[in-house]
Amino acid sequence: MLAFAFAEFVQQIVSGLATGSIFASLALALVLIYRSTNVVNFAQGEMAMFTTYIAWALMDRGLSYWPAFLLTLAIAFTGGAAIERTIIRPFEQKSALAIVIVTIGLLIALNGAAGWIWGAEVKAFDSPFPNTTWDVGGVAISSQDVGTFCVCLATVALLWAFFNLTPLGLAMRASAINPTTSRLVGVRVGWMLALGWGLAAVLGAIAGMMAAPTVFLDPNMMLVILIYAFAAAVLGGIDSPIGAVVGGLSLGVLLNLIGRYVDFIGPELRLPTALLVLLGVLMIRPQGLFGHAVVRRV
Amino acid sequence: MRYVALALRLALLAAVVGLIALLPRYASEFRLSQFTFVAAYFIALAGLNILTGFSGQISLGHFAFVGIGAYTAALLMLGRPGLETYGLDPPGWLPLGDGMRGVFTIPFAGLVAGAFGYAFGLPAQRLAGVSLALATFAFAVSLPLVAKRFEDVTGGGGGLALPLPSTPFGWDISTRHWLYYEAWVAAGVIALIAWLLLRGRAGRALAALRDGEIAAVSAGVNPTAYKTFAFGVSAAFAGVAGALFAIEVAYVNPDTFPLSQSILMLASLVLGGMGSLYGVLMGALIMQFLPVYAQTPPLLPGSFSKESPAVVFGVMLIVIMFIAPDGLVGLLRRLLRPMMVRLKRHPVATEDATFGTSRRAET
Amino acid sequence: MALLELRDVRARYGAITALHGVSLAVDGGQVVALLGANGAGKTTTLRAVSGLVRRYGEIRFDGRSLLRAGPEGAARLGIAHVPEGRGIFDELSVWDNLRMGAYASISRREVKRESERVLGYFPWMRDRLRQQAGTLSGGEQQMLALARAMVARPRLLMLDEPSLGLAPLVVQELFRIVALLNKEEGLTVLVVEQNAELALAASHYTYVLEVGHVAVEGTSDELRAHEGVRKSYLGY
Repeated sequence: MLAFAFAEFVQQIVSGLATGSIFASLALALVLIYRSTNVVNFAQGEMAMFTTYIAWALMDRGLSYWPAFLLTLAIAFTGGAAIERTIIRPFEQKSALAIVIVTIGLLIALNGAAGWIWGAEVKAFDSPFPNTTWDVGGVAISSQDVGTFCVCLATVALLWAFFNLTPLGLAMRASAINPTTSRLVGVRVGWMLALGWGLAAVLGAIAGMMAAPTVFLDPNMMLVILIYAFAAAVLGGIDSPIGAVVGGLSLGVLLNLIGRYVDFIGPELRLPTALLVLLGVLMIRPQGLFGHAVVRRV
Repeated sequence: MRYVALALRLALLAAVVGLIALLPRYASEFRLSQFTFVAAYFIALAGLNILTGFSGQISLGHFAFVGIGAYTAALLMLGRPGLETYGLDPPGWLPLGDGMRGVFTIPFAGLVAGAFGYAFGLPAQRLAGVSLALATFAFAVSLPLVAKRFEDVTGGGGGLALPLPSTPFGWDISTRHWLYYEAWVAAGVIALIAWLLLRGRAGRALAALRDGEIAAVSAGVNPTAYKTFAFGVSAAFAGVAGALFAIEVAYVNPDTFPLSQSILMLASLVLGGMGSLYGVLMGALIMQFLPVYAQTPPLLPGSFSKESPAVVFGVMLIVIMFIAPDGLVGLLRRLLRPMMVRLKRHPVATEDATFGTSRRAET
Repeated sequence: MALLELRDVRARYGAITALHGVSLAVDGGQVVALLGANGAGKTTTLRAVSGLVRRYGEIRFDGRSLLRAGPEGAARLGIAHVPEGRGIFDELSVWDNLRMGAYASISRREVKRESERVLGYFPWMRDRLRQQAGTLSGGEQQMLALARAMVARPRLLMLDEPSLGLAPLVVQELFRIVALLNKEEGLTVLVVEQNAELALAASHYTYVLEVGHVAVEGTSDELRAHEGVRKSYLGY
């Protein structure tokens, strides 16, 4: 009996880590954009959804999964960079609220556009992972979950390597820390910002494509995921990439555990409960788990 | 001559008030009900203006306070007897009374929503910027869900139907007109309160906090007190708006207070022009009419918009922000500035001739 | 022909004009000081050369106009600008700061060699390469900023108020190194300073700015000797 309960517990954790890795990817995208351009991109989820639709459209035309996946990433990258250069750039110096409205407008427009171009009916989305379950010591682990986790984390690892081991990555970090000095040493800060948005869009596309097999493809698929990603990013510290990943994974696991083990919280209250827990953490540590405490020197 | 600017301001105000007062003569019933909503939106946005525009706390969930006000008004209008006919059994400690006329519920709605706002604002002071926005967001998302859960008080997902409004004291105007004037008188009262608040100590303190918190604190301004106060007041205004909605629509239901309305509130306020009451009024007009316009925009081919008003709406948000980052009223101000400068130049010019210095006239 | 030449340069921040026609020249191998009171336009002059502010007039580096090149272009041409407030990347390590100095001009293989060269002037940095730059002391940060600027072998070094907020001993050391760089590598230096006595001692030629234009210029020796100039423009 106990073994059964334990096995179930581990299953919840494993599947929680899988959903958590999706949150982590999107949260990392949010943090990336926040760190480089100081913008909270409310449209991140819809950008992810839109690129997932593009992947679907490519596969619908006969392209097989991985080529479609890679082509979608390239399109996402270009799209993200283009959005930054055209729509966001003019507002970077202006008030924070103006950018909030612009990204909200982008959110609404992309949501509508997806429905308009591809129709609002729910579609199925292929998964690259086989539909099998492995039995590891009595615990049933789906290969979809494992695959999702691995892809998301591999992406995060690649990104880490990019930022910490390459000169371009260093230049991007420098641009976020001190744009003026970066320009003075010859970094084209404008392109760094566009690059940041491009990479974030790629992260979003991966999150979308990993989520779609399970949640199915429809224009609103990423809305709730965005909320969770947002929560994860803030939990981890809106300026901390590690925080985004840890926050995302924790939130995924937390949601599963709450849903399974706490009974009086029905399915409708899962989201508010998770948010409540999050806010509780923020009360104790306002800068998030890994964020920098804002010390204001007078 | 220096009174010319002042006279113009008063003339503008009189024109607006006049238009509002005379509208019922010329407008259809449908239009009137739309403009009644505009009044309610004006009140809610006036609150958000204080919160976000003056105390700088970005709220993505303000419509939740409208919802709280609406439910408060609904429960008071029905009273315990009314709720019992629904088969609901609310807890005994709730001071529900026997049911009252809609208009009297308005101050209560404001108080209750204001209390919630204040209670929310207190712990919220520990959060800043993005975290605060997320907290307000969480609040707005949670409220409909909580309302559905506590059915015994709120009637759950089915909502509560309220007594239909009627002109009081047997006055000789149509119900439609009564509702319109009720809403706009409330809006006028709120506008006056807001104007007085912002001109007074609170307003100056909030502006000081927004522009330079550290300096303001060193000057003795207590940030927590004022910011929490801002939360309370803005929520109270929203509550009043909620009561008006409940009265007008005669029905409350958790799904009429979704997150998207909160987002729409913020967008409308920014588009209208945060900071001035005219901007708030513009925002209220935008909140009512922009979604409608997006459905059937006069300048675009019909089929496109029918399929996707959302695309039109989203693009319009972006375009308007490009043209008018400080809102439409801000744009108007900037366009009219040369005229205002010229109007003020006359008294200033004589002073300059005396002192012989060249100065830029300030508007 | 001077290495850097400014002729009737005007610059503005939005509606406010900060430079009303500045003309100066810096010859190769010279150390030139730019003095003046607060608000005289010294920092703005450096920013005009770098392209961080709207500028009009003639700005030539090695004969070529800089007007079309922004800060990135100026860096690639060999102008190293150490801005006011040091301009380091406080969250990056000391080593990464040095690497960033090399970003525009030199190849990856050369980064290590050039950094070694620079570390020769600041031996204490060798032990602190992994340390986060923001945790260095003010003086150390200024040295780091200078080192960062030197990695790419600039032809012109522009220093904006290097002594600001630093203890006198540290400032002395800083200027000693600048003098050494000037002597050993033939580095041309344009330094903006509020501390007139210090700057005059360290430079060959001096310009004094007042309200956006050049009020007085001459060799540093001349200006130091001229009591009237010292009293009216330099305050001592």
